[in-house]
Amino acid sequence: MTARPAHGLNWTSIRAIYKFEMARTLRTLGQSILSPVITTVLYFVVFGGAIGGRIESVEGIAYGSFIVPGLVMLTLLQQAINNAAFGIYFPKFIGTIYELLSAPINFLEIVIGYVGAAATKALGVAVIILVTATFFVELTVMHPVAMLAFLVLTALSFSLLGFILGIWARNFEQLTLVPLLVVTPLVFLGGAFYSIDMLPEGWARITYFNPVLYLISGFRWSFFGVADVAPWISLIAVAGFLAACMGVVWWIFRTGWRIKP
Amino acid sequence: MADIIEIRGLEKTYDDGFEALKGVDLTIREGEILALLGPNGAGKTTLISAVCGLVTPTGGQVTVGGHDILSDYRAARSLIGLVPQEITIEPFEKVIDTVRFSRGLFGRPRDEVHIERVLRALSLWEKRNNRNTELSGGMKRRILIAKALAHEPKVLFLDEPTAGVDVTLRREMWELVRRLREEGVTIILTTHYIEEAEQMADRIGVIDKGRLLLVEETARLMHKLGRKELVVEIAEPLATVPPALAAHGVTLSDDGCRLIYTFDATAERTGMTRLMADIAEAGLHLRDLSTRQSSLEEVFLRLVDEGAGAMDAAQ
Repeated sequence: MTARPAHGLNWTSIRAIYKFEMARTLRTLGQSILSPVITTVLYFVVFGGAIGGRIESVEGIAYGSFIVPGLVMLTLLQQAINNAAFGIYFPKFIGTIYELLSAPINFLEIVIGYVGAAATKALGVAVIILVTATFFVELTVMHPVAMLAFLVLTALSFSLLGFILGIWARNFEQLTLVPLLVVTPLVFLGGAFYSIDMLPEGWARITYFNPVLYLISGFRWSFFGVADVAPWISLIAVAGFLAACMGVVWWIFRTGWRIKP
Repeated sequence: MADIIEIRGLEKTYDDGFEALKGVDLTIREGEILALLGPNGAGKTTLISAVCGLVTPTGGQVTVGGHDILSDYRAARSLIGLVPQEITIEPFEKVIDTVRFSRGLFGRPRDEVHIERVLRALSLWEKRNNRNTELSGGMKRRILIAKALAHEPKVLFLDEPTAGVDVTLRREMWELVRRLREEGVTIILTTHYIEEAEQMADRIGVIDKGRLLLVEETARLMHKLGRKELVVEIAEPLATVPPALAAHGVTLSDDGCRLIYTFDATAERTGMTRLMADIAEAGLHLRDLSTRQSSLEEVFLRLVDEGAGAMDAAQ
């Protein structure tokens, strides 16, 4: 009746989860889109307009334009992590996770449903931010395919990270703590608003350990053709991060960690 | 009747060392209503959770419709619907979308006719476009049942379906369960209410401390374990039980007007003839006689006590 091949994915179930998550997003459309847009506009006014006017161009790019890729990445990371973390934490919190666990689906299908929806929403917001940016600064994209690849890979890998966070979190405090204490500093110190050449030697070296640097650098390269690190290194870094997150998710899947006693 | 669920040596020890299930064997027949009775913490919910995939068993084997719940979980779980004990429901979703989601999650194609049938059967059709939070507790519980029925399961698990539910709703719930059974759905329910098990179940399983003490046809269990009470109403109140009657174990009601004699209805000799002779000899005048079957509650308490006693003896 409903028996399916043992291998191969159950797309009906995945679609159900994806649609359910997207419906949740659409219900809260105002807060999910309005707040990132307002935040970004503020960044443009403060950094691009007020401060940017006194800053010389960075590597030949007007400062207002220079910060766009970093801002988009900042929002993309935050959105991806928050959406995915909340998406899986909420059923755990209110108890509806019983239905996911009792359904004839495997963990991979749960992950695809939740992470897919979180990444979709994060990408949507990122595109809106980009469009908003064009109202303030001049923007050209030199490598559109690479730009898209960076966007999608980043959205996916940080949605996975958010999913892991949502599984790990035991309360709302833990859920908001990681994005606040780890992700935001990493983005700010990853060259969202500056080139690492502008940092003193020692700090610049430390920055190379920051994974977000590679994201922003690669993403910025796809716009302007200039980067702190070679774009292929950035791509490897993003792919490596994605693989690491998949590894952790696979381990959670094997052990049922924090979801299944 | 064919068997639909086979549970063999099912064990569950939680990480903190708590042994919730200590080797449970249970065969559930297709189309029956089986009630699992037991005190809090007996292992009822863990048993259901292990079969439904919420908890990973630490030992034993379970098949549903011949499919192993671990190696062939897709086929096994497709057959099962689960209604949890707690009312856990997505608060901001519409009723009908919640139920549609459940059907999709279980891999079944869209079927609006079936969704409507389920919602109507549970008197939720009028409320289908309401948000879940807007509904009463009883309605939320019915949404949970609708969700569990959305994918047309062959087996329905109801974990304490009538806990904290008013009398009217409880009757409705019983009615619904009977209707489902008529449609061929196998139903396993856990309950604290002995009356519920007695009224509804074809068979009753008694669980305590992670062990299944027995599984028996409801009627036979009542017959086998049911004690009967003989109540003798006398014309003149008594201050104490006459010595000849006290030897039978007869007790006196508080007002001194009734003598109560408990006996095993299935025993060859109930001792009633001797008792009646002794009552006549004591010169008591009778006003009325009645016998009463002890309730399942009493039966159950006795079983649990005996189970504990047997285990103490083993240690």
